[in-house]
Amino acid sequence: MKTEYQKAWFFVLPVLFLVAFNALVPIMTVVNYSVQETFGNNVFFWQGLDWFEQILRSDRFQAALGRQFLFTFLILIIEVPLGIIIALSMPRKGFWVPVCLVTMALPMLIPWNVVGSMWNIFTLPKIGLLGYFLNDVLGINYDMTQQPISAWVTIIVMDVWHWTSLVVLLSYAGLVSIPDAYYQAAKIDGASPWKVFRYIQLPKMKTVLTIAILLRFMDSFNIYTEPFVLTGGGPGNSTTLLSIDLVKIALGQFDLGPAAAMSLIYFAITLLVSWLFYTLMTKDDAQ
Amino acid sequence: MAKITLSNLRHSYLPNPKADEDYALKEIDLDWEDGGAYALLGPSGCGKSTLLNIISGLLTPSDGKVLFNGTDVTGLPPDQRNIAQVFQFPVIYDTMTVRENLAFPLRNRGVAETRIAERVAEIAAMLEVVDMLDIRAAHLSPDNKQKISMGRGLVRDDVNVVMFDEPLTVIDPHLKWKLRSKLKELHQRVKATMIYVTHDQTEALTFADQVVVMQEGEIVQIGTPVELFERPQHTFVGHFIGSPGMNILAAEAQGNTATFEGQSVALEGNVTGDGGSTEIGIRPEFVTIADTGVAARVRKVSDVGRHAVVEAMVGDTAVKAIVEGEVPGQGEAIHLAFRPDQTRLYRDGWISTEAQP
Repeated sequence: MKTEYQKAWFFVLPVLFLVAFNALVPIMTVVNYSVQETFGNNVFFWQGLDWFEQILRSDRFQAALGRQFLFTFLILIIEVPLGIIIALSMPRKGFWVPVCLVTMALPMLIPWNVVGSMWNIFTLPKIGLLGYFLNDVLGINYDMTQQPISAWVTIIVMDVWHWTSLVVLLSYAGLVSIPDAYYQAAKIDGASPWKVFRYIQLPKMKTVLTIAILLRFMDSFNIYTEPFVLTGGGPGNSTTLLSIDLVKIALGQFDLGPAAAMSLIYFAITLLVSWLFYTLMTKDDAQ
Repeated sequence: MAKITLSNLRHSYLPNPKADEDYALKEIDLDWEDGGAYALLGPSGCGKSTLLNIISGLLTPSDGKVLFNGTDVTGLPPDQRNIAQVFQFPVIYDTMTVRENLAFPLRNRGVAETRIAERVAEIAAMLEVVDMLDIRAAHLSPDNKQKISMGRGLVRDDVNVVMFDEPLTVIDPHLKWKLRSKLKELHQRVKATMIYVTHDQTEALTFADQVVVMQEGEIVQIGTPVELFERPQHTFVGHFIGSPGMNILAAEAQGNTATFEGQSVALEGNVTGDGGSTEIGIRPEFVTIADTGVAARVRKVSDVGRHAVVEAMVGDTAVKAIVEGEVPGQGEAIHLAFRPDQTRLYRDGWISTEAQP
């Protein structure tokens, strides 16, 4: 039997107060903008849900959303398996453990805009080390400032370079927590390496992997700085992801109403996908 | 099922062992008869788990051989030895149901599905887990999880030996007894050789026909529970087995008597060998309070329910006696009688009196 303490609500109040100021109040201002139109001078007109309808119907938004899903899908499908493979092949004890861990953590310590600039300089066709090498040594026609495909490959490789470590470190934490007896029992039971992975390692990594995927989903879905610094959303609109488009509308065009409506839709999508994913992943445990 | 022979076995965890102390196992020669129930008993760190892992093939010994029915298996990996092992902490495959867990070792070996269903049903009935077969194994209680790990070992009908590495560590005390009798019952039904590693004497003595007592990488004595209790070959065994353990008292020996704290004590038989440090050993069960005998003064009386343990000082040495019925008071002067046929002499730890036929 669970005992419920109504008094507990009282202790939550201070947190509620803090959260109100750093989350609820800003979000409510956005909600406020999203249903109004302004022509300046702080004069607002009621607009209802028009902005939402306009945004959802607009080709520009749908295209950006499509690019956003594609980007997130691609980086997840690369980073998660790659991260698991790297974690599996890392040593479990000895001198190389800290070396591997620190090397792995390095990319994550670099600020976003620095990562963007680094990759920009690295991949520029004539001056960048990689750009020069690909074009003039290997003879591959590569120019991320001109070709959409090159730009896409570059932002994806950059994200994989920056964030695969997160999946590696979390998976590794899950792996080292498996007692030796499990591997010994599997050996005695005659399990193949694939079965050891499928029935021992993967289930034991499930919790940390859920967190890793959730974090990677949210971060990549909201990504802004790195692609903005690297490609500025170009060439054309080819790498204009949702957040880049949003900033263009909000700060470039100063369309507060549509930008606010778009922010809310953006937020709702992120929340919905995260919730769906988390619910699906933890469904089995609840039974 | 097989007879297991350990021949000249030594093992060290160090790369270049030199001295004797570098070895976790020192020179082991042992035969385990087919179908026997054995216990490996010893304090933590005495090398029992090392020995177990060598038999199962998880460890390769530094020296010596492991033979199953006369065939050398020293170099074979665990899955080719046809052994089963149950670990200290229950190992189950969380994402599988109980049924799939039990079937796993058979599936891996490509056994036909009909045969698998048959064996799983059989083992489930034996372990009394039939009603849990379709539950996810992750949702079981620790004792049921441990039952399933045992089941995975027993499900193969060709196992040479089933090994238990302190399997009751995480089980609640009231379930320990149940699981222990279940194990004993299983041994009688499946007739496989079973080796049970433990540091708990009660578990070892109730499970095994033969108990192997180990200390610091060496086998000190092999015998039935009764033999270990009545005639310990080494003071360590005397002390380790029994509650409280054997009284080990420094004494001088001449002929078939010993002098303990200046008082003469009769021994079971003639003393063999000479030199070294000598001690007499007698179990508290065979020390009685009498009118004559060794003079002592009661220091402490602890009532443990069925009987009382009286600790009396003879000079500066404490002697324990198990007394049923009336007990003396603290500080009282009493006389202790040592039953002669249960009083043994140990020289440098090893027994050195001849038993009377």
